[in-house]
Amino acid sequence: MSAAAETAPGSPVPGSPVPGSPVPGSPVPGALEAHLRARRAAGAKLLVPYVTGGLGDDWVEVVQAVAAAGADAIEVGIPFSDPVMDGPVIQEASVRALRARTTPRRVLQGIAAAEIGIPVAVMTYYNLVARAGDRRMAAELHAAGVAAAILPDLPLEEAGPWCAEADAAGVETVLLAAPTTDGPRLARIVARSRGFLYAVGLLGVTGEREHVARSALEIARRAKAATDLPVLVGVGVSTPAQAEEICRVADGVVVGSALVRRLLAGEGPEGAGRFVAEMRRALDA
Amino acid sequence: MVVTGQPMGAPDPGGRFGGFGGRFVPESLVPACLELETAFAAAWADRSFRDRLDGLLADYAGRPTPLTACTRLSAQLGVNVVLKREDLTHTGSHKINNVLGQALLAERMGKHRVIAETGAGQHGVATATAAALLGLECVVYMGEVDVERQALNVFRMQLLGAQVRPVTSGSRTLKDAVNEALREWVGSVETTHYCIGSVMGPHPYPYLVRELQRVVGEEAREQYRGLSGGEDPDVVVACVGGGSNAAGTFAGFVATRAELVGVEAAGGAAVGRGVPGVVHGMRSLFLQDEVGQVLEAESISAGLDYPGIGPEHAHLAEIGRARYESVGDDEVLGAFRLLAETEGILPALEPAHALAWVVRAAGNGTLRPGANVLVTLSGRGDKDVQQVREMLS
Repeated sequence: MSAAAETAPGSPVPGSPVPGSPVPGSPVPGALEAHLRARRAAGAKLLVPYVTGGLGDDWVEVVQAVAAAGADAIEVGIPFSDPVMDGPVIQEASVRALRARTTPRRVLQGIAAAEIGIPVAVMTYYNLVARAGDRRMAAELHAAGVAAAILPDLPLEEAGPWCAEADAAGVETVLLAAPTTDGPRLARIVARSRGFLYAVGLLGVTGEREHVARSALEIARRAKAATDLPVLVGVGVSTPAQAEEICRVADGVVVGSALVRRLLAGEGPEGAGRFVAEMRRALDA
Repeated sequence: MVVTGQPMGAPDPGGRFGGFGGRFVPESLVPACLELETAFAAAWADRSFRDRLDGLLADYAGRPTPLTACTRLSAQLGVNVVLKREDLTHTGSHKINNVLGQALLAERMGKHRVIAETGAGQHGVATATAAALLGLECVVYMGEVDVERQALNVFRMQLLGAQVRPVTSGSRTLKDAVNEALREWVGSVETTHYCIGSVMGPHPYPYLVRELQRVVGEEAREQYRGLSGGEDPDVVVACVGGGSNAAGTFAGFVATRAELVGVEAAGGAAVGRGVPGVVHGMRSLFLQDEVGQVLEAESISAGLDYPGIGPEHAHLAEIGRARYESVGDDEVLGAFRLLAETEGILPALEPAHALAWVVRAAGNGTLRPGANVLVTLSGRGDKDVQQVREMLS
């Protein structure tokens, strides 16, 4: 049974209808989108940390610690041999997880078996989906209790067949918009995205940056004007202060490398929880 | 030109050759691919662009390259071998045909910086050359393993003013150089053109690079007809890593009765041992494990050390218009020496794969005695002399 479908303290049951929030005519939101909309409606800024599945023996405890520290949803990476959207930190995490013989199945088993309490999205590259087959992977994600999928090398024009299978299986497909995405294209992307819109904050691969890129605020502003879907900025969100700055425009943030760097340094579930709690406090202040 | 729907015509609007191809890149890169697609279509239809490119190919790169009938080699093998001499171009390989076109496109799009991946270094050298010629900034990504085994080409690129960035991730060869170039392009896309070296990557690259290499096949076809009184060869052979010299060669012969044979390295045989997947922006055939992790290719030839193949080759294999064979390192070394000793030509290790298949096929009767075989000699062997010396000692 889905760990993500358990009720988080103080939250509505993910997947239950949230009165009034969906755009008329749009599909009924899935577990992730409903949960994020409800949290936003309650005044919260949304925090979605990323953890590489299979990184260390204790990665499931890391996921649980992150959830307990105040994350609204969590992105779990299924490591891939050739992650072209990722910078050195996530690359290193992927290499370590693959060396420990991490497979998509083992990551999904880890998610399925754990009490997590918030919706889980998996992030991976499309070849791992293509190898299994769209339909089989969508079914496996659903069976593991995964609410959504993020596939950064599957842009809008190529996403059709996967999205059809994911929709049928009840898995939300989160699409990405980039600073180079023009207005008409952005409109088509937000219309097809489910769960939330992943607004890529800068032109570049994942990794920490010293300052908030101007492009992060710009894409967040454009996306907010284009959709009622929750808009989360990811790539380059490194510190609680940066997250807070971005959330003055965006609905929330995805935080990856800053957290994974701490895991690579051996900080474990406790360190991960501390960092996410710090982020939470900054967003709630 | 072959019309859409025929083998080696234009791909469909989504960049598909049959079920292969497409544009599987991060959203940040999609607008740049669309821009390149539009710019290439306009340039290719623009007489002044074509004239400028043809002028450079003639006066700078040394086209047309000759056909050489191999008298002594043919006598020894019992089949008639003719070579298309891309080794005689400026910079010593067919790569120059592609980079001159892409450098002109970069200039036309207002991008003054180019990046490239390279395996053996031939594409890196060619890109650095074109960048120097047109005054563009140039950065080349090269796997650390290849930086070591092709040290001379690294120095050559540096002399041409390019910056060579060794890639230390993964297998530290061509696959990882492509990864790193893609990563950099995600960040620099607004000012930089990614000059992909083969018929691979997201649409429009596989199509664009094949069209820029088409000159190899079209010249060869006309030259061969001149040589033979209007006949076409029975078999046309080229080596395949990503497959650009093969694609350019095949494009010239696809409408003839010639049998088309692509030769892969046994350690990187994407058609022979690969399965469909989506890597480096394209749906094609890749060496990968049962869950989809990409495997590392292994070959003595850095230029063929790639676990995938261009999508159009996957399509040609699927429809049976071309077939793909693979040869082992020992056969390649044997063919390298044979061509040197019988014809006085040192081939690059990459086209030595194509020759090695001809030697094998002539020996086992796959090629009938007296068959007329055209082989694209895609590059010269100077860069490989040191490596061959070590392997033979």
